[in-house]
Amino acid sequence: MKNHITQKLGFLGLFLCISITLLFLGAIIFFITARGIKVISWEFLTQVPRSGMTAGGIAPAIVGTFYITLGAILFALPLGLACAIYLCEYSPKGIVVNIIRISINNLAGVPSVVFGLFGLAVFVKYFKFGVSILSGSLTLGILVLPLIISSTQEALLAVPQSIREASLSLGATKWKTIKNIVLPTALPGILTGVILSIGRVAGETAPILFTAAAFYTRGFPKSAFSEVMALPYHIYALMTEGAHPDKQRAIAYGCSLVLLLMVLCISGIAIFIRQRQKGLHG
Amino acid sequence: MKRARIKEKIYQGIFTVLAFASLVFLVGIVIVLFKEGLPIFKRVSISQFLFGQNWYPTYSTPEFGILPLILASVWVTLGAVIVCVPLGVGSALYLHELAGHKQRTILKPLVELLASIPSVVYGFFGMVILTPFLQNLFHLPTGLTALNASLILGIMATPTVCSLADDALSYVPKSFREASFAVGANRWQTLTQVVIPAAGSGISTAIILGMSRAIGETMTVLMVSGGAAVIPHSYLEPVRPMTAAIAAEMGEAPMGGDHYHALFAIALVLFLTTFVFNIVAEFISRRFRIKLGLSG
Repeated sequence: MKNHITQKLGFLGLFLCISITLLFLGAIIFFITARGIKVISWEFLTQVPRSGMTAGGIAPAIVGTFYITLGAILFALPLGLACAIYLCEYSPKGIVVNIIRISINNLAGVPSVVFGLFGLAVFVKYFKFGVSILSGSLTLGILVLPLIISSTQEALLAVPQSIREASLSLGATKWKTIKNIVLPTALPGILTGVILSIGRVAGETAPILFTAAAFYTRGFPKSAFSEVMALPYHIYALMTEGAHPDKQRAIAYGCSLVLLLMVLCISGIAIFIRQRQKGLHG
Repeated sequence: MKRARIKEKIYQGIFTVLAFASLVFLVGIVIVLFKEGLPIFKRVSISQFLFGQNWYPTYSTPEFGILPLILASVWVTLGAVIVCVPLGVGSALYLHELAGHKQRTILKPLVELLASIPSVVYGFFGMVILTPFLQNLFHLPTGLTALNASLILGIMATPTVCSLADDALSYVPKSFREASFAVGANRWQTLTQVVIPAAGSGISTAIILGMSRAIGETMTVLMVSGGAAVIPHSYLEPVRPMTAAIAAEMGEAPMGGDHYHALFAIALVLFLTTFVFNIVAEFISRRFRIKLGLSG
């Protein structure tokens, strides 16, 4: 009988743990939506900021985030794909693979602000790209590389060995097998990883603090070498800089809601697809 | 035929070279941190830097002691661990051991969604919701405190701990549980005396990686920890962890000056800390997999 009660209490404890965790998800979404929704309008999404960041919209920040994210993915995707293909399809097992694997794991664990410093020293200063979309994209690309590699690897490993062998036995070369059989089969999994990476990059702030972001720019970015406003940085800046904290706070709520919705939708799609794939393949 | 073979070799060569990108970037980061960080040790000794109690980088006679920053990071991270370990491991146990298939397919994506929320949104939430709440609760002059940062960081690290612990639990062979049930143990006894010990090192890997995430987290602590570079005495005071110091001060530090180099040196300390954490986690998880008879 005593065992039975302990079990009941224990299970209740575990249930409380997951409830509290999900309660926070609910609370964050609820509070930001409830107060942010009042600020959001068509004008808010499509206009440039006016009157010292207290009026107007956040369109340049949305556009800036789009450019930076696009650049980061364009940089990281080919590298990540190549690395995953090498590790899954070509690599002879051994010390080389272990070194690459360990460096991927460690790159994934580097604090985001350290990427920011690296970007500052290398892209902004050494290559003289300045504080720009290009510097920010490259920095974020390096940050997201491990994520792209590991999700691509997972997708490639899910491709059954038998269809590779079937292709090879028909006389196709290794590269032809990869190009025509393995990659198309793994494509949905790879895309899921890319979508997830987009969600991650779009919300990162610390790496672009010193490499790309500006609190205010006149209008929209003109080239890859201009500094940009970005949504996540804009939230931070609105809360810590400027002369009108109260008015800025309202706009920050709007920005947070836009960013939150964007990231939750993007990641939600990826998580949903991934789960369905797992369901299909057992 | 010969041309096809050459083409094959070329593709293999391209993939091999590009595969080293991660290694190149990692080594690049190390080189940059050393190159830009080491010059500060011409000004102060390593022990003065690590154990000095005053962080006054902008004074006319600047002092570069980062002990307050290190201790702030330690405090905030420990606080986060107290939050994220029970929540994360508890959630994983619930998801893996109690939830039915249907419940799991709904709850697990929700936990993953929590992980995808950007850190700046967590920070914003901490500033506008948690800060006034804590300020009223404890009657503080400011709600931006180590406690605030710990709570938010703990919540942020929970999904990481949860999904890694969930993985660890899934590696425990079914036969372990069946053997335990067969000798008459109930589900709770099986859980606490068989499953958790078997998954133990996997779960500790999850906790270490969660801690590593908390130490390196920047935007949240920058926004909610309060920013005072003093040695912390209580969780109800403002602090300035290492990441917050770098993020807040790099914008104003003149390039190539002592302050600039000192901030890179802090980043080096931070990098080495998380590096050690990751290596330890890797080591434990490899032993864990060997112990359970899985490939390394």
